[in-house]
Amino acid sequence: MSSAAPFAPQSATLEKVDRLSFNWVIWGIAIFSLAVLTLPTLIVVIASFSSAQTLRFPPPGFSLQWYLALFNYPELWTAATTSFQVALWTTVLCVLLGVAAALAMSGSRARWVSAMDALVMSPLALPGIAVGLGMLTFFSIMGVRLSLTTLIISHVVICIPYVIRTTLASLTQLGSALREASTVLGAGPIYTFFHVTLPLIKQGVITGSFMAFLSSFDNITVSLFLSDARTEVLPIRMWSMIENDLDVRAAAISGLLILGTALMMIVMERVSGLSKFLVKS
Amino acid sequence: MKASQLFSPKEWQLALPLAFFLHLFYVAPLAILLASSFQQAPGVAGVSLAQYGNFFGDAVNRDVLVDTFILGVQVTLACLIFGYPVAYIYARAVGIWKTILTFLILLPLLTSAVVRTFGWVVILGKQGLVNSALLGLGVLQEPVKLLFTHHGVAIAMTQIQLPLMILPIVASISQIDSRLLAASASLGGGAWRTFWKVVFPLTLPGVISGCLLVFALTVSSFVTPSIIGGGQIMYMPTLIYQQAVVLLNGPFAAAISAILLVMVLTVVIGLSVLSQRSRAYIR
Repeated sequence: MSSAAPFAPQSATLEKVDRLSFNWVIWGIAIFSLAVLTLPTLIVVIASFSSAQTLRFPPPGFSLQWYLALFNYPELWTAATTSFQVALWTTVLCVLLGVAAALAMSGSRARWVSAMDALVMSPLALPGIAVGLGMLTFFSIMGVRLSLTTLIISHVVICIPYVIRTTLASLTQLGSALREASTVLGAGPIYTFFHVTLPLIKQGVITGSFMAFLSSFDNITVSLFLSDARTEVLPIRMWSMIENDLDVRAAAISGLLILGTALMMIVMERVSGLSKFLVKS
Repeated sequence: MKASQLFSPKEWQLALPLAFFLHLFYVAPLAILLASSFQQAPGVAGVSLAQYGNFFGDAVNRDVLVDTFILGVQVTLACLIFGYPVAYIYARAVGIWKTILTFLILLPLLTSAVVRTFGWVVILGKQGLVNSALLGLGVLQEPVKLLFTHHGVAIAMTQIQLPLMILPIVASISQIDSRLLAASASLGGGAWRTFWKVVFPLTLPGVISGCLLVFALTVSSFVTPSIIGGGQIMYMPTLIYQQAVVLLNGPFAAAISAILLVMVLTVVIGLSVLSQRSRAYIR
């Protein structure tokens, strides 16, 4: 834009135009993007208090009718309970398998570590729908009936990358000096893990668990194939509510989910510095 | 170092449970999926390319593949254009503004994809925000159709993937040595020149990993295309679902999955190579 050569004094007006135009463009786009980023969440919350019988915006008036309607919707609560159970077990398994693997992977430059890293992280980028279809085919060939267990197994595969990423980030930051010191001083590996390593990587493990929990709770692509009528999960129920008849009750559930997510996010930011991990990885 | 060497023969074994788990429940299912895509028909033995022939032989399917790729490219570029300035401002924000921006960027990321897509249904629908506003202002006489169009899907997907572009760029921008910017300014580099010659090239690794994530997740996403597209425009994931669950054509669905996998892997590997080169260039 400006054609100033090094050390050549630039005219003051040109410099001002240059700086102003840059700031206007950056701030203009950024404010627009942030507005668009926030819009759908805001709209859903407003629409959930609508007094209308159909989904329209802006709503003609406000009421709590759609929230109250949720009380008479047992299928929804069953699905929500299933989702919660699945997400909880998925998180527990992800932490057990993931923290152990991260301990083995950290600090080692062996060739298997980079192969393992690629394997563990790949579910983040590969199409979940292909993974889900593959698992359904796998279980039916093996003669395993779909159940809560197979659903949880499939969610662990999808959610493990989060725990590995944040735990590895914490372990790398920690370094190996303290762990070595503990070993040199005669502590066994188990004592060292629970009294030295774990307290210091706690934040990474907590953040990873939180992300794993949320991504299991939200997952739809794998659950499409792995959950059946008995194990219907909340996102699938909501998807069919919206896809089939634009049920306004979906707005009320969404309102509750947004509130829940916002609260959890604030708590996690306080407890473990969520944003630091997300910006890093 | 001695201590860690004594320790390491045991420590690597800690990775075994996860490695075993992933090979059994992830690698094996994907291998079976690939294998089943070479079946001629469900249950027929032998290797055949019939499913792939069916896919590429039908212009409708080829269009779905092309549309999916185009959607991925459009959403990735849109996220880059709209996300970069947000990242630029976020990386410089301090105090309460940083907290507010963190909340604004992370809340949509963590909110369920179904909920965010639902928000777009309310915005884009016949009685939605956009139509109400344009009708109210007298710009339109009749509501414009935004739901069930490619543009509707692209707009909603852009908003949904935006945080995934912003975060890696923020990480890259905050690593820039501020002395470089001062040096550029003192050598007479204006704001635009400093941006294009110094800031942007230094953030290429972040830009590339953002593009990689956004592209991979856009072409693989199911919820938004199925709800906003309303079953009228198909993308690869919705086609896979339709073939596997509605039409029960397993081998064909497996072949479509394999084609989607190849597309994602090609782009991901290509961008990773680019990213490594850009990192090497910076150092």
